[in-house]
Amino acid sequence: MAMVDEPLYPIAVLIDELKNDDIQLRLNSIRRLSTIARALGEERTRKELIPFLSENNDDDDEVLLAMAEELGVFIPYVGGVEHAHVLLPPLETLCTVEETCVRDKAVESLCRVGSQMKESNLVDSFIPLVKRLAAGEWFTARVSACGLCHIAYPSASEMLKTELRSIYSQLCQDDMPMVRRAAAANLGKFASTVEASYLKSDIMSMFEDLTQDDQDSVRLLAVEGCAALGKLLDPQDCVGHILPVIVNFSQDKSWRVRYMVANQLYELCEAVGPEPTRTDLVPAYVRILRDNEAEVRIAAAGKVTKFCRIVNPELAIQHILPCVKELSSDSSQHVRSALASVIMGMAPVLGKDATIEQLLPIFLSLLKDEFPDVRLNIISKLDQVNQVIGIDLLSQSLLPAIVELAEDRHWRVRLAIIEYIPLLASQLGVGFFDDKLGALCMQWLQDKVYSIRDAAANNLKRLAEEFGPEWAMQHIVPQVLDMINNPHYLYRMTVLRSIALLAPVMGSEITCSHLLPVMVTASKDRVPNIKFNVAKVLQSMIPIVDHSVVEKSVRPSLVELAEDPDVDVRFFANQALQSIDHVMMS
Amino acid sequence: MDGGGGGGEVASAEAGPPALLDWKFSQVFGERTAGEEVQEVDIISAIEFDKSGDHLATGDRGGRVVLFERTDSKEHGRNRRDLERMDYSDGRHPEFRYKTEFQSHEPEFDYLKSLEIEEKINKIRWCQAANGALFLLSTNDKTIKFWKVQEKKVKKLSDMNADTFKGAGNSSVASSSISSGLKQGLANGSYTDRSNNSLSNALSFPPGGIPSLRLPVVTSSETNLVARCRRVYAHAHDYHINSISNNSDGETFISADDLRVNLWNLEICNQSFNIVDVKPTNMEDLTEVITSAEFHPTHCNMLAYSSSKGSIRLIDLRQSALCDSHSKLFEEQEAPGSRSFFTEIIASISDIKFARDGRYILSRDYMTLKLWDINMDSGPVSTFQVHEHLRPKLCDLYENDSIFDKFECCLSGDGQRVATGSYSNLFRVFGRGPGSTEATTLEASKNPMRRQVQAPSRPSRSLGSSITRVVRRGAESPGVDANGNSFDFTTKLLHLAWHPSENSIACAAANSLYMYYA
Repeated sequence: MAMVDEPLYPIAVLIDELKNDDIQLRLNSIRRLSTIARALGEERTRKELIPFLSENNDDDDEVLLAMAEELGVFIPYVGGVEHAHVLLPPLETLCTVEETCVRDKAVESLCRVGSQMKESNLVDSFIPLVKRLAAGEWFTARVSACGLCHIAYPSASEMLKTELRSIYSQLCQDDMPMVRRAAAANLGKFASTVEASYLKSDIMSMFEDLTQDDQDSVRLLAVEGCAALGKLLDPQDCVGHILPVIVNFSQDKSWRVRYMVANQLYELCEAVGPEPTRTDLVPAYVRILRDNEAEVRIAAAGKVTKFCRIVNPELAIQHILPCVKELSSDSSQHVRSALASVIMGMAPVLGKDATIEQLLPIFLSLLKDEFPDVRLNIISKLDQVNQVIGIDLLSQSLLPAIVELAEDRHWRVRLAIIEYIPLLASQLGVGFFDDKLGALCMQWLQDKVYSIRDAAANNLKRLAEEFGPEWAMQHIVPQVLDMINNPHYLYRMTVLRSIALLAPVMGSEITCSHLLPVMVTASKDRVPNIKFNVAKVLQSMIPIVDHSVVEKSVRPSLVELAEDPDVDVRFFANQALQSIDHVMMS
Repeated sequence: MDGGGGGGEVASAEAGPPALLDWKFSQVFGERTAGEEVQEVDIISAIEFDKSGDHLATGDRGGRVVLFERTDSKEHGRNRRDLERMDYSDGRHPEFRYKTEFQSHEPEFDYLKSLEIEEKINKIRWCQAANGALFLLSTNDKTIKFWKVQEKKVKKLSDMNADTFKGAGNSSVASSSISSGLKQGLANGSYTDRSNNSLSNALSFPPGGIPSLRLPVVTSSETNLVARCRRVYAHAHDYHINSISNNSDGETFISADDLRVNLWNLEICNQSFNIVDVKPTNMEDLTEVITSAEFHPTHCNMLAYSSSKGSIRLIDLRQSALCDSHSKLFEEQEAPGSRSFFTEIIASISDIKFARDGRYILSRDYMTLKLWDINMDSGPVSTFQVHEHLRPKLCDLYENDSIFDKFECCLSGDGQRVATGSYSNLFRVFGRGPGSTEATTLEASKNPMRRQVQAPSRPSRSLGSSITRVVRRGAESPGVDANGNSFDFTTKLLHLAWHPSENSIACAAANSLYMYYA
């Protein structure tokens, strides 16, 4: 009797589940489309699976998204590049769905497929597809067409090229703002494929239309096009065509457009070259740094270092630095915060003298800012200044700032500063650290907030790694062990946590001589939570200490704990005992 | 004084320059039969035509959204519109039919604030249609939802591989029920015997594939309208949302509550930007709340919002990220000496609408409709009296809270007429052209022109068809004053919408949707 092979059953189920009612199963099948294709063979994949998928277009978006993704890498399963065109119909339908992420993925996959296709196939099937989409009834198709023109263009004949350019130009003037946005967003890509002669005529006129669009959202995206187009044009044309647009945009009525300019300006400097930068872009940037909209200043302040790197130091000192000074006392804390996160990077650009003379006062005022984020941003980038001016000059103001942050009433601020302590320690060196910060690190172990105590314990471990076990033996371990007598059990737990973290760093000898005895004592604590945590820590110490020590002190403690009245203590003690046995066996 | 309060004006309007519209009853949905009690949940709370006028959506207090679609043939297309302008009357007018409905919102409970959140739909706004699917936003007091309504094929599967395998795997059991060679239309339970199976191993597929594997065959003939909630924009409003409005850029919309206006991207539901915040640092200083907000129909950067003090503020999103300072303020100076206890209450604007061209804003306060030119902030260009006859009764209206009723207003597509609702299921249409004195009062019933000129001594129940009159709730009796005038404050017509391109009005009387044309 003929029967289907049992091993085929899973793949058969996979195929059936392409149409299951459960979306998870459908998704699973779609994600393994390549397996299905291999099982069907190339020919049936082309003739059956792909048409099947083309009809499967009213599914849930998650499924369509997965399908769009799979089809992008499907060329090997349909028989290689010469058959790649069969993938176009299902992707074309996906290019028209309403959900943006599906469409974007379909366009991405089409680009991927198209870029591998043979030129003749591109002309026969890809270009007609682009034309169909561009003439689509619904805006969704036309949006997708914008992202495909750059793939179609290079292999098109002269006549088709002219047609494609006019199609793109129409897309730039579409009634729907969504389409114009897509056209603006993809203009740079399309322009990069267009011949230089048409670049100046056709593309630039499209670009100019977009820069004057009524919709802010279209102009916003045209700003992004500036940098991309600028890089394609030779510097002279760039100055002639792009520069005036940028300068206009920097004074646009809409703050969102100016915001985009603030984000993009440094890239444009590269495109136009040094001279126009000095005459036009630096003034534009200065204007934006002094914009009356805080959002624009935030964006501009965040780019200050990048911008300074492009222009020469004199220009930076002469024009940018005064603005930076103003921004450091900006009324918006977010502006100051954005400035603080990048201002450290200016130090290497400006050199030591200018830094000490001009930047240092700004650092110091930001270090004293009333808004903790500003101070934190400065401290997190300390290494950059350190390289230029050395820590001595900074330390006087640094320390009060750190101490203040360490005692901030928001625990998240305290947490953030703790996380910088190891970095600071490596920057400042042992000497400085011992004097000033050591006490703070111990203080955090007794914080009211668990996350802080936990972070403090971690911090001790990282310090021990940084400065070595000997230093830790002197400066950390005794202080920590003292706290084991704290009347509050939660603080004693922190000690246990610290010991568990420190033990691997300190090594076997110190663990045996100092840490283990404390644990043994702690195992007689009256609080069960402490006792089962002792069991856990002891378990973690087993691989660190010598086998004889385990037998001599760890095991007796655990055996005792294993008879504890508390069920949890017994549980963890038994677990630890088991792991001793396990280690012994192996 | 007659019951409608506008009879005199109507009479004089006959001589007015633009042809007076002759309103006729077109359709009614959800008409009540005599004596039928209105269910609270069925009361319509929002009406909105889509941009093309081919669809109409209503929302109700039960959180449902009902969609209607236009049925009168579209082949006449634009031509017909022109013909109608020329007063060509072949009796054709927009007709709608029920399309589908879905449950948009459910009652919720906010555990943090111990507040019940009603499911009542406050506003509906249509979004750009795509691929034949309809999209709309609906909101209750707190949560906005983005809906997609689309025809879905009803899937029927056949030719499943698993059926074959089931047969093979449990052949001893299945053998009795094998129906060989028959392809059944059932998804399950049809065991088909397949021979000539490949003997290959599943893990290393032969180059030609495995012929025994088949793709499921989908046969679908029927389609089904399915509404799916695509996005939920929640947790952004501390107060009750009174308006939502789409931007002309097709990617953003605003939502407004009593104190704030938030800006959303349609595709991003976990963040919104606060663009207007009128909340004072100390809530005791609160004197004014936002009552309604709307985007300009074409300028993506402009939006208007109205306040409880009777002012409309126009703001420019380009100026700054936080638009607490307006770029234009439209306010009418109150006449000196006219101030009374009710002045501020009746000045509160309940609704604003931009005209289609974006030049005019229509506002509704308790007593009047006002039309503002956005280029003229010294005062309204026209004021239409709607409730002037109620002025002597303000005290009663205050006592039964009717004075806080929020009437909506609407403009015709060409901007030449304005309309708003009133009590006793009446609504009024005014001509706004220069010199126009057109002011028509209609009743939301099958006989809209059955105006209140009838003998006041028989205020109601005069006609069997006057369904809206027959049913009254509770002990609240219609306000019959000393003169015998009757105003039924329980039957108020709050919601209405004007078709975007034709003279057709949809209005809600309790749970019934009445449509009129002219």
